[in-house]
Amino acid sequence: MLKICLNGCGDFTEWRYAARVLLMCDVTPADVVWESGSSVESGLGFGESELPVPSPTAAAPSVPPAFLDLAQTVICHSNPDRFALLYRLLWRIRSERHLIGIVSDPDVIAARKLEKSVRRDSHKMKAFVRFKEVPSRDPMERRRAFFAWFEPDHYIVARMAPFFKRRFFDMDWVIATPKGSAAWDGEELTVSDEPAEKPEIRDDADDLWRIYYANIFNPARLKVKAMTAEMPKKYWKNLPEADLIPDLIANAEAKVREMAERAASQPPAFHQRLQDRMAAGELNEPSFPEGTLEALRQDARHCTRCELHCRATQTVFGEGSQSARVMFVGEQPGDQEDLAGRPFVGPAGKVFDTVVNEVGLDRREFYVTNAVKHFKYEPQGKRRIHQKPNQGEIQACRWWLTKEVELIKPSLVVAMGATAYYALTDHKEKLQDVRGMSIAMSSGCTLFVTVHPSYLLRIPDEARKSAEFEKFRLDMAAVRRLAQESPAIR
Amino acid sequence: MKKSLKERLAILSDAAKYDASCASSGTTRRDSISSGGLGSTEGSGICHAYAPDGRCISLLKILLTNFCIYDCAYCINRSSSNVERARFTPEEVVWLTMEFYRRNYIEGLFLSSGIIRSSDHTMEEMVKIARDLRTVHNFRGYIHLKTIPEASAALIEEAGLYADRLSINIELPTDKGISQFAPEKKPEGIRRAMGDLRLKIEDASEPTLKTKRRKKFVPAGQSTQMIVGADGANDATILGTSARLYGSYGLKRVYYSAFSPIPDASSKLPLIKPPLVREHRLYQADWLYRFYGFDIGEITSATADGNLDLELDPKLAWALAHRDCFPVDINKAPKEMLLRVPGFGTKTVRSILSSRRFRRLRIEDLGRLGVSLRKVQPFIVADGWTPHRMIDRSDLRQMFSPQPEQLTLF
Repeated sequence: MLKICLNGCGDFTEWRYAARVLLMCDVTPADVVWESGSSVESGLGFGESELPVPSPTAAAPSVPPAFLDLAQTVICHSNPDRFALLYRLLWRIRSERHLIGIVSDPDVIAARKLEKSVRRDSHKMKAFVRFKEVPSRDPMERRRAFFAWFEPDHYIVARMAPFFKRRFFDMDWVIATPKGSAAWDGEELTVSDEPAEKPEIRDDADDLWRIYYANIFNPARLKVKAMTAEMPKKYWKNLPEADLIPDLIANAEAKVREMAERAASQPPAFHQRLQDRMAAGELNEPSFPEGTLEALRQDARHCTRCELHCRATQTVFGEGSQSARVMFVGEQPGDQEDLAGRPFVGPAGKVFDTVVNEVGLDRREFYVTNAVKHFKYEPQGKRRIHQKPNQGEIQACRWWLTKEVELIKPSLVVAMGATAYYALTDHKEKLQDVRGMSIAMSSGCTLFVTVHPSYLLRIPDEARKSAEFEKFRLDMAAVRRLAQESPAIR
Repeated sequence: MKKSLKERLAILSDAAKYDASCASSGTTRRDSISSGGLGSTEGSGICHAYAPDGRCISLLKILLTNFCIYDCAYCINRSSSNVERARFTPEEVVWLTMEFYRRNYIEGLFLSSGIIRSSDHTMEEMVKIARDLRTVHNFRGYIHLKTIPEASAALIEEAGLYADRLSINIELPTDKGISQFAPEKKPEGIRRAMGDLRLKIEDASEPTLKTKRRKKFVPAGQSTQMIVGADGANDATILGTSARLYGSYGLKRVYYSAFSPIPDASSKLPLIKPPLVREHRLYQADWLYRFYGFDIGEITSATADGNLDLELDPKLAWALAHRDCFPVDINKAPKEMLLRVPGFGTKTVRSILSSRRFRRLRIEDLGRLGVSLRKVQPFIVADGWTPHRMIDRSDLRQMFSPQPEQLTLF
């Protein structure tokens, strides 16, 4: 039986050194007793064994990284059995390489439990350390100095000190605890495991913090258990705000009752003045002269002709000059169009732009719009899946399309896709039957029908895709010819 | 007479408490070593205190001012309320943030404001605070700014350079509700602001031609808040709106805030106890939608009126209504199905999947993982365990419902 004595203040290297040697000498876990600092001092450490010397041919043990992570954390725990538990795990890992991954193993569970407790204590240290300002040691007072007293459950000060350095770099600070302390002076981070004493320090900022704490609390939602679950009472004695808690709880009910009993009072005078100003339209949107495209666009922003407006971001109205001779009509805005508020800026818009450019046309000379002005979709996780507008929605939105055609008076209208064709003509022929035709409209303009560019993006077969792209290109070339031939309607 | 800083802090923190969000997580990792200043953010957020309402206090959550030209019925700061008014100067907010941070009270600042003069004027002051914190005081902590409806795009763009998170509240689940209770707010304006922000965030995340490094712009994304129980909307409507917001604007979070009585309340609204259980169920449903692969329709179809079951959590309610999907064999079932077992969280499912690569699992193993066996028993098959016909029992629901309280004799 070997008796190993360690300092036991969260130092991983001393345990690792001993454990490596023992493992290389094939000492079974049952043959080791581990003792740590406090019991050593009380005399129980008597009889400490010398570490055996491993044979020079013994291979240095290796462990999976997951064990190292686990052990470094568990070693900070204050439980006296931690050394034996870790050695047992180490011993078993020799034959069971995946041991750490078996979450139902009793030893792994015990170690995970200790790990969790150390992690939680560390996290609470980040949260509940409270610095108080103390006089600066720097004669020029360039750096302010702070002091904190904290009482952790485990030996976590050394482990947490770098966090505080990363966070409070521009000030001097000391964190003192009964399990060691840490200090930062702008140049060196010093850590010691000597227990410290609690000093008496007052900081006026604590009063401001207490005011904040009392007022951010909502008495109508009293949930004391939820609070104590996350801020256990053992931490309260070092939190400046904690002594307010009993009164806040005791008075909560009365405060809520008082709110309920007090009837709504007369609004203050400035409220009426504000309401008058709003009624007078001072804060309203600008208005545009009747009969212009801008006025129509403004009206369309508040369109509620169908239910789609509640779900879409905004009305995506047509874009282009009022004197354009060619008007393109698509189906409806998609995800990108809905966000940007402009038609044909998404993937289909990119296809449209490219092909139009290829045949020598310039999009800026056209008016581009959609048959339906709001995006229709179904949410699916983080995406929106496009849905075809139904007949009712197309009909409701035709009101705007008709107005656009009336105002712009294009000589050529290009319907892209079946929805646009239906919206413009009220006809429901198959798209393939009317594609490429120029149809004379009652208003005097010519209607040309082609596919919607998004159709090209949905073709999975590459050969067919490029064939369809070519057809679309030919259609656009036809549009260019028609645009040059057709007379302006004015 | 001018109110003291303490008096104003009391008023302006009291006025800010109805905003539920206090998260400080999900932003970039950074610290003050490289800047020589103050502050760090390291992934997960830190709650520095908890108030007796069970809410975490992570950020200094205050208003710049509680003067407001809007008159939203549910809001303590609406123009028709007689609540005491106050305002901070931008310098005071900066000073409070820095001093609170130095004492480790907080992770950073969550700044909101009533609307004074105009949206742009208010937003400008808020951006100034964020800019001063970052550029003058070298502050690397967390900053969450509430964007003011209808503020100009240039201001939002600047705010995004300094803030970790921006948010704008949708307030109520339906457009009708908004126009009824917040007549000055425009639902389409709020949606447009969210859409603009999503586009800006996506733009910034594209690598530029010159460098592969992405621009830092609102690294913790955007969030919003909905008030529950002020209007008549049911849970299906609320969750449907959330799903649309998540899908449309890439929101990181939708917060649900049970409508809670406010001092000097508007007569338009009922002074009721805040529906805290309902709020809790909505959060559970929200999690099921985001992390467990449930559709909103599936979650809300368990009851006829479109409201979630207040007695049972939504996953259990769904399982009881879909008993044909159970029992699930924990040694064979795919991840998607394991996630649907009541009592299994994402962590448990991960543990099961990793353990069963090495050995078959028994029901006792689940107990060691901290799973409530009472809850999962009827729904799973494990080595040495089968629920037999437990799943078909007509009193299965009673096994999980809270026990009726026995009346005491008087």
